Amino acid sequence: MANVLSTAKPLTVNPLKLSQPLGGASAFMGLAGSLPMLHAAQGCTAFALVLLVRHYREAIPFQTTAMNEVTTILGGKDNLEEAIINIVNRAHPKVIGICSNGLIEARGEDIRGDLKLIRQRHPELADTALVYASTPDYKGGFQEGWASAVTAMVDQLVEPEIARNPRQINILAGCHLTPADLEEIRDTVEAFGLHPIILPDIAGSLDGHIADEWVLTTLGGTSVEDIRHMGRSIATLALGLQLEPAARLIEARCGVPAEVYPHLTGLLAWDNFIAALARLSGKPVPQSIRRRRSQLLDAMLDGHFYFGKKKIAIAAEPDLMLGLTQFFADMGAEIETAVTTSDGAALALVPAKEVRIGDLDDLEQAAGHCDLLIAHSHGARVAERLGVPFFRAGFPLFDRLGAAHKLSVGYRGTRDLIFEIGNLFIEHQHHNHQPHNHQTREHGTDAAVASH
Amino acid sequence: MLQHKHQDLFNEPACAKNQAKDEKTRKKGCGGKPLTPGNAAGGCAFDGAKIVLQPITDAAHLVHGPIACEGNSWDSRHALSSGPMLYRTGFTTDVGEMDVIYGGEKRLFKAIKEIIARYDPPAVFVYQTCVTAMIGDDIETVCKVAAERFGKPVIPVNAPGFVGKKNFGTKLAGEALLNHVIGTEEPEITTPADINLIGEYNVSGDLWMVTPLLKKLGIRLLTSITGDARYHDVTKAHRARVNMMVCSQALINVARKMEERWGIPYFEGSFYGVKDTSLSLRTIAKMLVERGAEPDLIARTEALIAEEEARVARELAPILPELKGKRVLLYTGGVKSWSMISALHYAGMVVIGSSTRKATKEDKARAAELMGEEGETMDNLPQRDMYRMLKNREADIMLSGGRTQFVALKAKTPWLDSNQERHNAYCGYDGTISLLKEIHKELTNPVFDLVRTPAPWEV
Repeated sequence: MANVLSTAKPLTVNPLKLSQPLGGASAFMGLAGSLPMLHAAQGCTAFALVLLVRHYREAIPFQTTAMNEVTTILGGKDNLEEAIINIVNRAHPKVIGICSNGLIEARGEDIRGDLKLIRQRHPELADTALVYASTPDYKGGFQEGWASAVTAMVDQLVEPEIARNPRQINILAGCHLTPADLEEIRDTVEAFGLHPIILPDIAGSLDGHIADEWVLTTLGGTSVEDIRHMGRSIATLALGLQLEPAARLIEARCGVPAEVYPHLTGLLAWDNFIAALARLSGKPVPQSIRRRRSQLLDAMLDGHFYFGKKKIAIAAEPDLMLGLTQFFADMGAEIETAVTTSDGAALALVPAKEVRIGDLDDLEQAAGHCDLLIAHSHGARVAERLGVPFFRAGFPLFDRLGAAHKLSVGYRGTRDLIFEIGNLFIEHQHHNHQPHNHQTREHGTDAAVASH
Repeated sequence: MLQHKHQDLFNEPACAKNQAKDEKTRKKGCGGKPLTPGNAAGGCAFDGAKIVLQPITDAAHLVHGPIACEGNSWDSRHALSSGPMLYRTGFTTDVGEMDVIYGGEKRLFKAIKEIIARYDPPAVFVYQTCVTAMIGDDIETVCKVAAERFGKPVIPVNAPGFVGKKNFGTKLAGEALLNHVIGTEEPEITTPADINLIGEYNVSGDLWMVTPLLKKLGIRLLTSITGDARYHDVTKAHRARVNMMVCSQALINVARKMEERWGIPYFEGSFYGVKDTSLSLRTIAKMLVERGAEPDLIARTEALIAEEEARVARELAPILPELKGKRVLLYTGGVKSWSMISALHYAGMVVIGSSTRKATKEDKARAAELMGEEGETMDNLPQRDMYRMLKNREADIMLSGGRTQFVALKAKTPWLDSNQERHNAYCGYDGTISLLKEIHKELTNPVFDLVRTPAPWEV
């Protein structure tokens, strides 16, 4: 539906976008016994690490090949080798997820070839999976990096299989899903007697539990063993359009049929998902799920008064944007302005006139007269300057507690969203009765400058 | 050219850490030690340069590179401003694949043009990054042309990440200030009691714990380099009578070259803890009087110190008994490895260990002397060992940065942020009061007893 506007601005003001390597490394956080590593100068890792730590409020295992001036000229193979050996000796990970950055990609390094040679020279690495994802930071953003890493995991780990386990299904999880979302999805799938292999499973590693000892890798997540056997599943459900290529890859390699669910927020989206689980398991929908559906219907009826004709401004990555904008459209609100990070299959489906590929400054220019602004934490200052109510969504959320436990999928997640956002509208309702009319408020360049 | 600049900076004659090495290691210089792949942590040179310059609050800070450098890092530090907010706007050229192939200079020039047209800042700082450096974008020339065309200072900061660690980037930022900023304008008036603070970035308002003290004494802060700084004030910093280098070797090149070029003597001091704050004020007063300030400044300083120290004692009296004897693990670095100890000793706390990363030989010696038999200095404490120490309750609280925060929390041990991400100011007398009150609040929180209680079915 939406028209995608891409601009070739020479200047990005207040970036919305995060880098591909950060997205890739985040996906590798969802594997068990994993140590993500950036093949880059050490600052890239430091910045990404700080964001992950601030968002999840967890210790994050994360390493770097620490490229310097000389190795940038001579090539990074030796650094890669030294890094892998050092990491294996110190932390004994089951898997090292290697993400490249712009420096390495622009040099045109053959990392796959390098890894092959490193393996040959070090038989002691036999038990360590080395997965490489190409994630140059001069292309795409967080979502593309995540998708690239998941595709790399599938490509480099899943083995061809013919046998099937009728109770096993693959769930490929997009970067717009939180640990709480994944818990909800796992519980729901298991309620049908199915065994899901969720890839990547950040709920296993980043749900904020306290382990009994200190480990130097991730605390949980999808095991390499499980990934190898994804070919035994009866279906692959890709959650997010970003993961369609990865699902198709399993289909091509093992004949496991792929189904794509662009998002799981809202009544119809979850209905579809539940119907698929009933079909795949051959079991009726459990009473508890029917009850939750009924609760959502009630919440939609209670909440719709506050959403009708509300003007929404949103800045988010493509798949997250699709789920949220569809939710608002379902509730009768209108997407007034939508800004995203990069082109993606989801954008065409967004229920808005147009979607702009841009930055938070684009959002600020256009959102002054809206009733609600949605973005990651950097949007808070934009909302403050415009005086528009703010709802945080996406990554990073560093100025609130509980980012990992925000639930927005399923009947329950949708119900909670209605309450949380509906309450925001209720809280700001009285402003509409004030004598001033906020539609006439000046915004744009001058106002932005004045507030600096 | 960058290579020569690096050689020159590596061999910093005023750097105590460097001078303490033998000749051979000294040639390798400071900040030049190669990092260990797979076992490295911390920021890069670009990070360091940005940390130093970004607190110039009315300037625009433009990062020339792919999205990672600014997109992943903007607006993440709490260097506060008392006025302009432009420094908190994230500006980047966000170069794409085509720029990598064809070069990003034109894009950079247009970006500078747009910033000046739209925001009219007093200056634009342009940061080089790894990818744009590798493809050969000449930011020095672009900045020069832009400065001429638009009649505004456009300052190149040539510190791409791969040239070294954070610490080295801070020195490159210092060079950018020395080459393009400091000494380019003259102040309207000068007084015999003008000073600069160097290496004070006003993290969480630290600077504001000190400025009222200086004001009371009639000492004029020309500028802080660069906490809560304004561009035009930094240009006039060369007319100060004394420079105080605050808590860091990071900008030693600035202090030394200001002494060489403009004859401004400097000293290294700290505003952490009561003792050190008093000592720093005394030293400023003494040095200013030596350079022509009114001699009564010394007596007035002593009076202020006496008054402030009495006030601290009074305000902390209710909590001191509960702090006495509590054991602290200090995991910080540089000057803080000892200056924090003296702040903790004030409350009768026992420091069982202090990390001395990024510290000079003198820093280490001071830390060891302060702790005596009670604690040990350590270069690097692996997280696993740290976790074991805390889990065994060898310390009652850990003070460290955000990176190690969760080692303490997962070991169910109280923790307090002593690094730049914190939200409280700990400098000066008020900062010391605040620090000890925060420690007390943390130590007495009932949550720790609760989370250590086993579940009933596990007993």
